[in-house]
Amino acid sequence: MSTENSSPEKGYLDMDLLRFTTAGSVDDGKSTLIGRLMYDSKAIFEDQLESIENTSKQRGDEHVNLALLTDGLRAEREQGITIDVAYRYFATPRRKFIIADTPGHIQYTRNMVTGASTANLAIILVDARKGVIEQTCRHSFIANLLRIQHVVIAVNKMDLVDWSEETFNKIRSDFQKFASRLDNIVEISFIPISALKGDNVVDKSTNMPWYNGPTLLYHLETLYVGPDANHVDSRLPVQWVIRPHSDQYHDFRGYAGRVAGGVFKPGDDVVVYPSGFEAKVKALHTADGELEEAYSPLSVAMTLDREIDISRGDMIAKPNNPPTVGQDIDAMVCWFSDKPLNPRGKFLIRHCSKEAKALIRDVKYKVDINTLHKIEGDNQFTLNDIGRITIRTASPLCYDSYKRNRVTGSFILVDANTNETVAAGMIR
Amino acid sequence: MQDYSVTHLKQLESEAIYILRETAAQFERPVLLFSGGKDSIVMTHLAMKAFWPAKIPFPLLHVDTGHNFPETIQYRDDLVAKLGANLVVGSVEEAIKDGRVVEEKGPNASRNMLQIQTLLDALEEGQYDAAMGGARRDEEKARAKERFFSHRDEFGQWDPKNQRPELWNIFNGRMAHGEHFRVFPLSNWTEMDVWQYMKAENIELPSLYYSHERDVVIRNGTILAVSEFVQPRDGEKVEKKRIRFRTMGDATITGAVESDADTMDKIIEEVAAARQTERGNRADDKRSESAMEDRKKAGYF
Repeated sequence: MSTENSSPEKGYLDMDLLRFTTAGSVDDGKSTLIGRLMYDSKAIFEDQLESIENTSKQRGDEHVNLALLTDGLRAEREQGITIDVAYRYFATPRRKFIIADTPGHIQYTRNMVTGASTANLAIILVDARKGVIEQTCRHSFIANLLRIQHVVIAVNKMDLVDWSEETFNKIRSDFQKFASRLDNIVEISFIPISALKGDNVVDKSTNMPWYNGPTLLYHLETLYVGPDANHVDSRLPVQWVIRPHSDQYHDFRGYAGRVAGGVFKPGDDVVVYPSGFEAKVKALHTADGELEEAYSPLSVAMTLDREIDISRGDMIAKPNNPPTVGQDIDAMVCWFSDKPLNPRGKFLIRHCSKEAKALIRDVKYKVDINTLHKIEGDNQFTLNDIGRITIRTASPLCYDSYKRNRVTGSFILVDANTNETVAAGMIR
Repeated sequence: MQDYSVTHLKQLESEAIYILRETAAQFERPVLLFSGGKDSIVMTHLAMKAFWPAKIPFPLLHVDTGHNFPETIQYRDDLVAKLGANLVVGSVEEAIKDGRVVEEKGPNASRNMLQIQTLLDALEEGQYDAAMGGARRDEEKARAKERFFSHRDEFGQWDPKNQRPELWNIFNGRMAHGEHFRVFPLSNWTEMDVWQYMKAENIELPSLYYSHERDVVIRNGTILAVSEFVQPRDGEKVEKKRIRFRTMGDATITGAVESDADTMDKIIEEVAAARQTERGNRADDKRSESAMEDRKKAGYF
């Protein structure tokens, strides 16, 4: 498989999409990096620049403070911190990018898990003066847990270590020692940068002639990310049943959903789970006409060759490759609520288009995300804790392991009293 | 091996359709906010696609400031007729008459803030529990933190510090009685995406979006179209200019840009070269650095 995208410039209509998340601790220059990427790739508009120039001047900052571009809420600007996951957009002639920008303080784990859940790549910032620290390990662990396959270690503030190759190499070897335990990460790149001065972000640095690799943006533009989606196990979670009740489409029953894996074609044998009813695909409809095949992440409406009872929450799959259908779930969860997890607590589980009551059966262990050690015998999950639990659901779920499919292997837990999302889960 | 790559526009379309279907499924009485602006036109188009061949299973709600360009209303009525959709109108004019809101005074008065109360009233009256809007995260800094499913308390307010985390494509639309949600299917689109999509889908737009000649005045650096709602003040000169609009809002505050772009392709070229964000010429955002955030907290869409 080639690691570079061969066509240098594409038309807007052929551009693909890379979603990435940025992780770093407080003061490592993450907002500055994102500001720099957007500024140097000309995604910043004059009025935005003018507004941050004014604010920088008012605050007496020495440089135009690029971090102000991304700190959106009033409290953030006042306190100089980032509160919540924010999404940023920019495009180059090669690719369109969506950045999930996550903050580096207390709510960190919750926010990074959220940002990582939809990303294909993670940029982890390391302060060149500090090297690989606890936070670096924590960020990498979360990227790995959420199954982000590509990681960039951006060694920032190289200007403050005299652009030292030795420092950079030490950080690289320290990280590599630790990274051997991260089994989901397929590829790791190391890039020495200065977000403040712009070195190796968009433009190649003249201060580090010893570095022959790509700049950060070039790497993001050309990295082959491949189909993140699973094209093997065919899955269509039914979201909605389309019934037009019109003369022209009198008997039309379209099972609408977004393909979560594999490929469906007209004529395919399919099975509806959990009922087990069998049918053949009659057609794959969209408003633009019928499709010859449907695959992830396309939204379609499927019709079948016979009438069977199908509703929201059901899963359409193929007979030789069914999802697991069951009520006992073994999963890694990240706890999001201020209210601690109560073993034997009751929640609502949301998985694909299904909602069911769920009971926490057992806490197997928690993970110390700074050392990656398992903590056994401590069943108290509090905000930002990660660990392994088992759940019993009131009705069966149709699922795959998260390693195999990020859509059919993930769920959230909702507190039925407050309606808040209290946990994110990845099925083992 | 078969190539299953999907272009970014197709991914955005699929995602928006997924959100629209989720909204229809998770809520009892959803409604689509229709302003006549291009984003709400794209939303309506996507809703048509999401439920095809059935009709859109929720009404369109237009919060009418009473300061409309006639072209917007004509376009709205034609579209609704074509789709066989159900249109509900919430009127700021009537809210003023009923005394539910008080018109702002002073030289820069606008009905923008009044829309909030009118919208909340219309939502309450129709008992709508989810209002879908065409807002995008790239529009403004406060919007960058907005969720797809954005919870509003019983007063219609947004609490940016206490938002539910949104992971993968799982959306939690559960709420207590009296609360509601704002849903933003175009969250991940940029202005360029919207234009490119309209071109790819041959979506027709109100004529105001294309370059045309019009009488205008320049007020605080913003080009405003002269109409029954905007009359020249002392010292202001009425000029004829070739202009077009980049957003469609209340006629008293929506600024135009000078432009010769009279086709979709020319507009796209212009957008690509633009050095000002599209909200950059909205007088309402210029009031303060946090103007949008304050309006959002109060229930603005």
